[in-house]
Amino acid sequence: MIAIIDYGAGNLKNVKHALSTLKIDARITANPSDLKESSGIVLPGVGAFGEAMNRLEKAGFVNEIKSQAERGQPLLGICLGMQLLFDRSFEYGEHQGLGLIKGDIVRFQDDVKVPHMGWNQLKLNGAKKDFAINSQVGDQDYVYFVHSYFARPKHREDILHETEYGMTFTSAVQRDNVMGMQYHPEKSARVGMQILKNFGELVT
Amino acid sequence: MLAKRVIPCLDVRDGRVVKGTKFANIRDVADPVELGKKYSEQGADELVFYDITASFEKRGIFLDVVERVSEEVHIPFTVGGGIRSVEDFRQVLKAGADKVSVNSAAVADPSIIDQAAKRFGNQCVVLSIDAKQVDGEWFVFVKGGRENTGRRLFEWAREGEERGAGEVVLNVMDTDGVKQGYECRVMAELSEMLNIPVVASGGAGQSEHFLEVLTEGKADAALAASVFHFGEINLPDLKQYLYDHELPIRLG
Repeated sequence: MIAIIDYGAGNLKNVKHALSTLKIDARITANPSDLKESSGIVLPGVGAFGEAMNRLEKAGFVNEIKSQAERGQPLLGICLGMQLLFDRSFEYGEHQGLGLIKGDIVRFQDDVKVPHMGWNQLKLNGAKKDFAINSQVGDQDYVYFVHSYFARPKHREDILHETEYGMTFTSAVQRDNVMGMQYHPEKSARVGMQILKNFGELVT
Repeated sequence: MLAKRVIPCLDVRDGRVVKGTKFANIRDVADPVELGKKYSEQGADELVFYDITASFEKRGIFLDVVERVSEEVHIPFTVGGGIRSVEDFRQVLKAGADKVSVNSAAVADPSIIDQAAKRFGNQCVVLSIDAKQVDGEWFVFVKGGRENTGRRLFEWAREGEERGAGEVVLNVMDTDGVKQGYECRVMAELSEMLNIPVVASGGAGQSEHFLEVLTEGKADAALAASVFHFGEINLPDLKQYLYDHELPIRLG
């Protein structure tokens, strides 16, 4: 069973609906101790970084997510949920994240329209092309983005996907069992459903 | 590269799609969910569901539609029509909408943009503007184009961006429903002025019109309704056409 973390930030139902369509067993939970029993975790989220971390902290999720990630449970952060995996963000000040992936979250410069909104393409990290999470996903595939900030991982080997938007930025990360996607797989039609299916298969 | 988006818009009254359709191969062409799914399979990049139900009592039926769309359609969709308050935003977002478009309520009280953006994030606040040209100048209209608000289009759009809108839909009343093409000059001017995406609406009649507004009109996306519903333009053909003209386009 995949636990979808409910910490009062944004729309969780779309992730749940997408997983249901794929017949993947998932449950929305606001209770951190449920993560002990789950076999995979999805951390969704829209909104601001600082407030999201506060809510996670208040709901008692921060330590539980970290310890489950360290135990090897597959964890997928989506959109803001991906950003929360990092050390810190500069969205409205400076905020500490979960620190599961080394690096920072920074804003797009004003030479492009912000938010970066719409369908954009993936470029797979060649070293990870054959990873299960990339099964039937290829270079140039389109996925749906809505965000104003993006991740700058410290280690290039943590990059899973990259995308061009005025520059090349990291659109998905992966370090062992911890994964994050800046785009919304649950809103990305065939390609997104494939990625969620791949994650579902890592979980069993 | 960021793709140009093609967005079918569905008018919904009492839970049913209003404009007729010519799809032979779907069960219920008046069911917004069925039609939405069909467009999604055909490569629509997003969908807009516009509630034109007159009575407040029937709002629940529309929210039900939104909920069913979010269960079955896995592409982003915007909901508009009848959005009067931050509470209305909350309801449709809770039902599963990705974005909410607000039009006359924002003209009446612009602070609804700030409030909604602050509470739900600016990515889900779409400012929809109906505009018409009067003596060579562009003005914002309400009430289906009958009432000139006296606000100037460019000032209002900029104010909307500053207040936190994440996207602007510009519906040009002069060209709407005429099928003679989008108003490319005003789109280009608006798109260059704003630092948020601009969606062009009003005037699509044939594939060339989409090409024009997405190139010389500099729009980030093009929205249309009846040309898709009446089968005058086939979505996969349109996207292939745009792709063949070297636009960044997501194909199936």
